[in-house]
Amino acid sequence: MKLKFVAAAIAASFVAGASYAAEVEVLHWWTSGGEAKSVAELKKMMEAKGHKWKDFAVAGGGGDAAMTALKARVVAGNAPVAAQIKGPSIQEWAQQGVLADISGASDEWDKLLPKVVGDAMKYKGKYVAAPVNVHRVNWLWINQDALNKAGGKAPTNFDEFFALADKFKAAGMTAIAHGGQPWQDATVFESVVLGVGGAKFFNDALVKLDPKAIDSPTMLKSFDTLAKIKTYIDKDAAGRDWNLATAMVMNGKGGMQFMGDWAKGEFTSANKVAGKDYACVPTPGTANAYTFNIDSFAMFKVKDAAVQKGQLDLATAIMSPEFQEVFNLNKGSIPVRSGMSDAKFDACAKKSIVDFNATAKSGGLVPSFAHGMAVPSATQGAIVDVVAKFMNSNMSSKDAVAALVKASRTK
Amino acid sequence: MTMQPDRWLPKLVLSPTLAASLLFVYGFILITVALSFTESRLLPNWEWAGVERYVELFDSERWWTSAINIAIFGTLFIALSMAIGLLIAILLDQKIRGEGFLRAIYLYPMALSFIVSGTAWKWILNPGLGLEKLVQSWGFPNFTFDWLVNPDMAIYTVVIAGVWQSAGFAMALFLAGLRGVDSEIIKAAQVDGASTPTIYRRIIIPTLRPVFFSVTLILAHIAIKSFDLVMALTGGGPGTATDVPAIFMYQFSFSRGQLGLGAASAVMMLMTVIAIMVPLMYAETKSSG
Repeated sequence: MKLKFVAAAIAASFVAGASYAAEVEVLHWWTSGGEAKSVAELKKMMEAKGHKWKDFAVAGGGGDAAMTALKARVVAGNAPVAAQIKGPSIQEWAQQGVLADISGASDEWDKLLPKVVGDAMKYKGKYVAAPVNVHRVNWLWINQDALNKAGGKAPTNFDEFFALADKFKAAGMTAIAHGGQPWQDATVFESVVLGVGGAKFFNDALVKLDPKAIDSPTMLKSFDTLAKIKTYIDKDAAGRDWNLATAMVMNGKGGMQFMGDWAKGEFTSANKVAGKDYACVPTPGTANAYTFNIDSFAMFKVKDAAVQKGQLDLATAIMSPEFQEVFNLNKGSIPVRSGMSDAKFDACAKKSIVDFNATAKSGGLVPSFAHGMAVPSATQGAIVDVVAKFMNSNMSSKDAVAALVKASRTK
Repeated sequence: MTMQPDRWLPKLVLSPTLAASLLFVYGFILITVALSFTESRLLPNWEWAGVERYVELFDSERWWTSAINIAIFGTLFIALSMAIGLLIAILLDQKIRGEGFLRAIYLYPMALSFIVSGTAWKWILNPGLGLEKLVQSWGFPNFTFDWLVNPDMAIYTVVIAGVWQSAGFAMALFLAGLRGVDSEIIKAAQVDGASTPTIYRRIIIPTLRPVFFSVTLILAHIAIKSFDLVMALTGGGPGTATDVPAIFMYQFSFSRGQLGLGAASAVMMLMTVIAIMVPLMYAETKSSG
C-alpha cells in the first residue's frame, strides 16, 4: 500500500516535471521585506502571461552566496533563465559565452535608457541583460532638526560641509555617522572623488583607471579631504552596519551620513518624512553629478523554445512601466526607464528622477565605483583595500595615491 | 578459494567511505592545486599560467597581512589555550569539591559556535557599548580599552575570544590525561620527599606528552582554518587589519572573481598545515613507536 503511494508520487513528479518544461527560473537575492515584495510583483506579471515562475532565491553575503550557486549551475550546464547580475560582471559572464541575446525584447530600449546605462546592458552591441532600477549613491542624509539649529542650509561644497560638521561637533553630536566596513569606506571615497574632481575626473580615475588621473594632485586632494572627514567620525564606527549609522542620523546622535538611497528605506520604515525629519541632498560638490547603481537581470542561453519565449517576456515585463513603478516604490530606488510619471514617488525620489535625466544629458551620470558598476570585481577589490587601509590607519595621502596606482593595475 | 565473510565484509563496508574521501577530499585538493596554476577567473579555466598566480599572491600586501595575522593568532591562541587549559586542569585535579560543576562551566564555551562567541565578544569589547563604557561609568573616565577598533591591536581581540572558547577544551583533554597518570608513581615520588610542584614539573607534565601532541594538533587546525570567529568579531577589520588566509581565500575566489589566486592561497594554507603537522606527527610516531 505504502509502496504504491510512493510509486504514484514518483510518477506524479515526473509528470509535473514534464508539464512545467516552460518554467522560467530566476536567480536573485532579494529575500528581505520590500525587496521580496518587489519580486512577487514580477512573478505575478509572468504568471499573467501564462509562464510558470520558479524562484531561485539564495540569500546572504550580499549576493556572494547566489553567485557561488550560479557558477555551480553554469559549470554544470544547467543555467537559470535569468540571474541578478550587474555592472561589469555582465561583461565577464558574457565573455564566457553563456549569455543570451535578447534583441527580440529590446528594440525600443535604446530610446528608453541613457546611453551609459544601455551600454552596460549590452555585449557586442546586443542587449544581454534587462535593467530593473536605479539607485543613486551620492546622497548625503542630514538630521533636519540639527540642520535647522545650525542655520538650515544644506552644504553644497566641502567648505560648507566641514563648517556644518564643526557646528554638529560643537553641539555634542558625532558629526558624520559612518560604519567602518570596506564597502562603506569606498562609498564615502567615491563621493569625495566626485565632489573634489567632478564627473570627468571620476570617469578617468575610477572608471577608465587612467594612471595620469589616479596619480594626480586632484586625487591627493581627495585623500586629504577623506582624511579630514575621518576626524569627524566616532571611533566606535569600526565594523558598524550602515543601517545603524542611519539610525544615528535619525535619533540625532549623528549629524549626517554618506549613503546610497537605500538608506531612505530605513527612514521610511521609522515613519520619518523627508524635509521634516531628515534632508536628502547630493553629497558636497556633486549637485550636477549622479553615481548610479543599477540592478539588472542577465539572461542566460536556454535551449527550449518555450523557455526562450518566457525569457523575452521576462525582459519585456522587467522594462514595462507598470513593473518599474511598483518595484521601485517598494524598493526605494527610481525607474530606469525614462518618460514615466513620478506622481507616486516621494520627494527624494522625485529629485533623483530629475537629476538622473538631467545628468544623463549633461554627462554627469557616472557608474558607481563602490557598488560594482565601474570596474571588474578584482580591480574594485584591490582599490577598496587601499581605501579601507587609508581609513583605518595613519597612511599619508601621498602613500595612498601610490598604493592606488598599484591597485588600479590589478587585472 | 572462497574468502570468509569476516575478511571481506569490513573492506566492503569501508570502501564507499574510502572512495568518498578519496574523491571529495584528496580529489578536490588536487583540483585546487591544478587551478592555482591556471588563468581561472570567474569560472575554472584550464589555460596554463605557470606560477603567475603565486607571484601575484606574494606581491599582494593583503596576503602578507593575512599571513602575519595567522602567525600571531595561531601562536598566541595555541600557547595561551594550552597554558590556561593546563593550569585549570591541574587546579581541578586537586580533588576539590564541585569539580563536575566547575568542569562543565569551563567546557561550555566549546558548545557555542564561533559565530556566537564572536558576536558576544564584539559587543563586550566595543568601546561604546561594552567593557570600556562600563568601567568608565564606574568612575574611571580615563579607562580605555579600544583594541577592537584599533587596527594595531584588533588581532589580539580575536586571540582573546578564541582562547576563551577553546581553553576549556584543552582543559578537558589535559584533565583526562592527568587522571591517566599512574598514582603509584606519584606516591613513590611523595615518599622520596618531592614537593607537589616538583612532582608536576618533573613527573606528571612529561607523561602528558601525547596529550600535548593531540591538543596542539586540534588547536592548530582550528587556528589555521579560523574564518567564522574573525568574520563575526571584526569582519576582517578595521580595514583589513584582522584579515586571515581563510578570509583572503574566500573573498578572492568567490567575491572578486580571481579563482586562480584564491586557489593559490588555499594551496599555501595547505602547505603551512603540512609544514607544521608532518614533523610533529613524525616525531610523535617515532618516539612512541
